[in-house]
Amino acid sequence: MTSPILKSAATVHKPSATAAFAGGSVAVSSAVGGSVVKLKLPGRSFASRIMPVLNAVASRIVPPLVMILAILAVWQFLGSKPGATLPPPSKIWTEAYDLIVDPFFVAGPQDIGLGWRVLISLQRVAIGYGLACLIGIMLGTLIGQSVWAMRGLDPIFQMLRTISPLAWLPISLAAFRDSQPSAIFVIFITAVWPIIINTSVGIRNIPQDYRNVAAVLRLNHVEFFFKIMIPSAAPYIFTGLRIGIGLSWLAIVAAEMLTGGVGIGFFIWDAWNSSRLSDIVVALVYIGLIGFALDRIMALLATIVTRGTASN
Amino acid sequence: MSPYLKIDHLSKTFTRGSQNSEVLSDITLSIEKGEFVSIIGHSGCGKSTLLNIVAGLVSSTTGGVLLENREVNEPGPDRAVVFQNHSLLPWLTVYDNVRLAVDKVSSSVKTRTERHDWTMHNLNLVQMSHAKDKRPAEISGGMKQRVGIARALAMEPKVLLLDEPFGALDALTRAHLQDSVMAIHERIGNTVMMITHDVDEAVLLSDRIVMMTNGPCATIGEVLEVPLPRPRVRLALAADPTYLKRRHRVLEFLYERHRFVEAAA
Repeated sequence: MTSPILKSAATVHKPSATAAFAGGSVAVSSAVGGSVVKLKLPGRSFASRIMPVLNAVASRIVPPLVMILAILAVWQFLGSKPGATLPPPSKIWTEAYDLIVDPFFVAGPQDIGLGWRVLISLQRVAIGYGLACLIGIMLGTLIGQSVWAMRGLDPIFQMLRTISPLAWLPISLAAFRDSQPSAIFVIFITAVWPIIINTSVGIRNIPQDYRNVAAVLRLNHVEFFFKIMIPSAAPYIFTGLRIGIGLSWLAIVAAEMLTGGVGIGFFIWDAWNSSRLSDIVVALVYIGLIGFALDRIMALLATIVTRGTASN
Repeated sequence: MSPYLKIDHLSKTFTRGSQNSEVLSDITLSIEKGEFVSIIGHSGCGKSTLLNIVAGLVSSTTGGVLLENREVNEPGPDRAVVFQNHSLLPWLTVYDNVRLAVDKVSSSVKTRTERHDWTMHNLNLVQMSHAKDKRPAEISGGMKQRVGIARALAMEPKVLLLDEPFGALDALTRAHLQDSVMAIHERIGNTVMMITHDVDEAVLLSDRIVMMTNGPCATIGEVLEVPLPRPRVRLALAADPTYLKRRHRVLEFLYERHRFVEAAA
């Protein structure tokens, strides 16, 4: 065993002088252990290995970063002018410092960090959106499978889906007599339409081939639903789910502004009533980031789940 | 003795609005157990419709199909179909595509391990066990068709229905698969009904060739016996007088007596 080590050590020594072979001999030098060679080589090769990664990351991060700085600069300039109605970033930073740096503080029953408020809003969205997924996929399947269900329900749904989410709020308040279920209902009614419509399109587009396979195998309705329908329509369903989550995040803020209680929407309304403009700006940033994250998560989920289906 | 599969005075009329078009007219055909029968005809002659009726995917207007003296009018695994475009489920692996059929057809009679073994046995039969964990999108057209055949065979059908199974493949792959189908037929002696528009394929594989006249109102024009001994070897047959004579007969039927007329369709 000694001879190969000696040999490799020898080869290491030679190119270490010439920088050209530096990259190739890293593994060998680490195998040899603490020898003279080690001093210079690892740093170099580490840099050459990390550079492409850094480049890729930088090309993604630097442009938006530059744009954000530019926007902040313009904003700062406009907001600092005498007579400006909105606060500049520097003022927001000092005024809303506690909100920005600690999302999860609890200073009192109504004085909590924005992280908590967002979580409360997310919980409402989760319930409303979850119901919308369940019922949307079921109704979408029905409309996609049955010609008569489509003829009967499709015109009604096409009309209902154009109604603004907030227009449903008085009706749901009257029906539920409580703000919590009303807000959830508004989320549900906002998210359900794109899920229904996209699911039904997906079901209608199941290739006849798959139906024939199911027929030859004599799959029953339940098996057909889980083994053929859902996987086959998955790309369409996920399009609906992704649109749905975006819409429900749009709707929750508006609904909470009207129903009150806790949540990020109510926080904005409350801040407006007590003229804390800086807090509102911070809340908007939170809403944007969460909405962006929700959309990404759904997109990621879709690519994972529909990996096999999409490519045929 | 009554035949194994009997197509009895079958006709099919498609109705679209007030228009009736008779596609198949008075088709009677008997297929014995273990027989390999090809149905050949120009495109549009209704041969795929005939296969779909036997499969139960389409219902006949008059007449019917009897399998072992029992009428069949709905699809079932006893008449497994290999579809022209393979029809594998793209979200399942090769193994799972076959396993789905095995699980559905024989879950009551086979244990879990037996079902696994049977799935692998059929994948081995079409020489596809090496790609069992791949998805259909990752394998070639010929491989997909092999898996389609494995899935159909795994249902242990009384009749195997092949709907232009090699139509979408290139010539070399097609020849390869034809040899495989011959070898499988040799080995398990199943009853096969195949739709094709390839003359060589029909003569090489079949015991009998059913030649269809042109549509509309297509019917059986002629039935040709192919008395070539099995196993058949493609290369040896290329110069075989019986083979050439049969081939000529089919060509004559298709291109002289029932030439495909575009305008008539």
